[in-house]
Amino acid sequence: MAARKTPAKSNTSKEDLLHFYRQMLLIRRFEEKAGQLYGMGLIGGFCHLYIGQEAVVVGLEAAAEEGDKRVTSYRDHGHMLACGMDPKGVMAELTGRRDGYSKGKGGSMHMFSKEKHFYGGHGIVGAQVPIGAGLALSDKYKGTDRVTFTYFGDGAANQGQVAETYNMAQLWELPVVFVIENNQYAMGTSVKRATRSPDFWERGAAYGIKGEAVDGMDVLAVKEAGEKAVAHCRAGKGPYILEVMTYRYRGHSMSDPAKYRTREEVQKMREERDAIEHVRELLLQGKHATDDELKAIDKEIKSIVNEAAEFSKESPEPDPAELWTDIYAEEAPQEA
Amino acid sequence: MATEILMPALSPTMEEGTLAKWLKKEGDAVSAGDIIAEIETDKATMEFEAVDEGVLGKILIAEGTEGVKVNTPIAVLVEEGEDVDAAVAEAEAGSDAASGSKAPAPAESAAKAPAKPASAPAAPRSNASPDWAEGTEMKEMTVREALREAMAEEMRRDENVFLMGEEVAEYEGAYKISQGLLDEFGAKRVIDTPITEHGFTGVAVGAAFGGLRPIVEFMTFNFAMQAIDQIINSAAKTLYMSGGQMGAPMVFRGPNGAAARVGAQHSHDFSAWYAMIPGLKVAIPYSASDAKGLLKTAIRDPNPVIFLENEILYGRSFEVPKLDDFTVPFGKARIWREGKDVTIVSFGIGMQYALEAADRLTEDGIEAEVIDLRTLRPIDYDTVLASVMKTNRCVTVEEGFPVGAIGNHLGATIMQRAFDYLDAPVINCTGKDVPMPYAANLEKLALVTTDDVVAAVHQVTYR
Ligand SMILES: Cc1ncc(C[n+]2csc(CCOP(=O)(O)OP(=O)(O)O)c2C)c(N)n1
Ligand SMILES: [Mg+2]
Repeated sequence: MAARKTPAKSNTSKEDLLHFYRQMLLIRRFEEKAGQLYGMGLIGGFCHLYIGQEAVVVGLEAAAEEGDKRVTSYRDHGHMLACGMDPKGVMAELTGRRDGYSKGKGGSMHMFSKEKHFYGGHGIVGAQVPIGAGLALSDKYKGTDRVTFTYFGDGAANQGQVAETYNMAQLWELPVVFVIENNQYAMGTSVKRATRSPDFWERGAAYGIKGEAVDGMDVLAVKEAGEKAVAHCRAGKGPYILEVMTYRYRGHSMSDPAKYRTREEVQKMREERDAIEHVRELLLQGKHATDDELKAIDKEIKSIVNEAAEFSKESPEPDPAELWTDIYAEEAPQEA
Repeated sequence: MATEILMPALSPTMEEGTLAKWLKKEGDAVSAGDIIAEIETDKATMEFEAVDEGVLGKILIAEGTEGVKVNTPIAVLVEEGEDVDAAVAEAEAGSDAASGSKAPAPAESAAKAPAKPASAPAAPRSNASPDWAEGTEMKEMTVREALREAMAEEMRRDENVFLMGEEVAEYEGAYKISQGLLDEFGAKRVIDTPITEHGFTGVAVGAAFGGLRPIVEFMTFNFAMQAIDQIINSAAKTLYMSGGQMGAPMVFRGPNGAAARVGAQHSHDFSAWYAMIPGLKVAIPYSASDAKGLLKTAIRDPNPVIFLENEILYGRSFEVPKLDDFTVPFGKARIWREGKDVTIVSFGIGMQYALEAADRLTEDGIEAEVIDLRTLRPIDYDTVLASVMKTNRCVTVEEGFPVGAIGNHLGATIMQRAFDYLDAPVINCTGKDVPMPYAANLEKLALVTTDDVVAAVHQVTYR
């Protein structure tokens, strides 16, 4: 893969590196905890973990500014944490409790935060892609220079509505960054079993959309590519495609027989390409942090996650009356 | 020979228009394709071309005239060298008699829609024949195994039958319905598709037009909404639109309805949606024997069949007859238990609540007759009506939403055909009128329950 790598002379600051480390670790520990709670029966239904892909969303969020929007699929926990949503509220939604972001009514796949400009959380593969373009349309319409990050998977990239959206987004020069999180599998189907045109970012060329592939296990490379894409959008030049090469360590959802890939393949990625390890090494090698300092961060993150888990267990179930609320809006929805 | 030029209809709904402008004057030569006038409808101003050639003999409607009815003569076209006045007079004289022939008058008989051919006799005749002969050897089998056997048997029988869908081959099905099929039938006949429902459904419809017998597996029917256009507009309507020349003999199958806490976008029951569409058949089995027998019938049916399965039922075991070729006909309900006090009608997973309720009701001394419709298109009205005429009361049970539910339709049918037999209004037990919530407690409240059914029966039996 000819993906963008870490710039040879990285001038990433100590603060940035520590921030990436913290954010990625938060996502990983959070997801591990969610997996445990699922095993205990506290989380139900579908639950898609983001472990392994942390650098994608953390790198791109580093390129985002206040007011930028984001929308993604059901594999959404990492995106919510990275854009600053409260781990407690996310976890409480996973357990289906009243303090969850959707009052317990959405679940793992369907969470939203107006405050953080997070527009879900969508369960239908590919459906978020035109929605992302529409969010961008709203910004262009209102004359803001905000950008929408529209995340979708390698499987989703083959959906018809993605092609339709590319055409419209370029036609109308919408400020949308299409982020293809290519984790190489759509459930049990590898990219090469789903397409003969596996370089997804190149498909933009058919519509006149620029793009590139990025090493998604390298948070610095992702951030740099993200900045370039965002600059393109903010300058009014229309959409941009980033195909971020990544990998999910866990099963597709909690019930995945995982017969479509070998243990060795997963093990190799974890050992050789892990994004958190990468930043950890940069921190240590650059003498930006000591082992003990990093351990302290680990501890701090663990306690945030444990608190979220406790919170999500203690929050009560929704009031039964909630069954009948939120079906119709009472007043015109407020402006975003 | 002079010909009249008539006010044209320029849109399917146009009845009259304004003759905005004449672009030719009397005496001008006209060739076919010349623009002779501009006509304004409520939607647009259109140019009006001459169809014939000749000389514009006389303009009958002056420009600027509003409200000119479609088919009104607006001018007369005469032949080169013809005497204009004589030709115009001749054309005008003939116009009254001829006007009828311009637009074909509707045939008398077609003016009124004919009644649907009466397929059912006035008195309902229920066919309660058993699905298999008494003494047939039985075996215990899950719904999942039954579905798999049905597909495998039909694929062995007809080499044009093939299966396509997401994860059906190498992964052996997201819910393991197609386990072993790739091994037995190979990649030509068990095809993994990309996640492109609208596209692969259209491909399957084309393959059916081309003479194959596709089985399309939707990972769940929620995702068939991506493909709804191909299912309805292409598969269901083509036989009719082609005057019977070609149709789409195929099966769309997969789990339908709520599973367990998978939230609003993954829990939709589509029974009533598909049952609404002429051109589709809809089967929705509850037991394993029906899953097997109905799926085999579906695959052989020359029409598009929607086959609605249920994730929760996949693992349930039932007795299935050990027969070489066991099928269950469409349009024949099954009476699961007989009773004299009330008729409970259901289908699919609703049967679970219907049967549980019937059990519990015996404790109150109420004997419920429980009917499983098994197919929603066609519906076996007669079995339901015959039962209601006996019990005089009816409760319907389904998981879908209450508005436009199958139960609404049954209630209306019973009202029309058995009004005098009813001792109480028909009650529809349905899912609640809300998107499916995720929280465990709310999900339970949203679903139809055995308690709902028991309460409804008490209400209609007044005890
Ligand atoms: C329209 C639709 N079809 C099928 C599914 C079932 N499904 C859920 S996730 C998934 C795989 C998607 O893979 P990809 O887009 O690569 O995203 P990833 O899960 O790898 O993040 C499938 C087939 C669905 N949710 N929606
Ligand atoms: Mg993927």
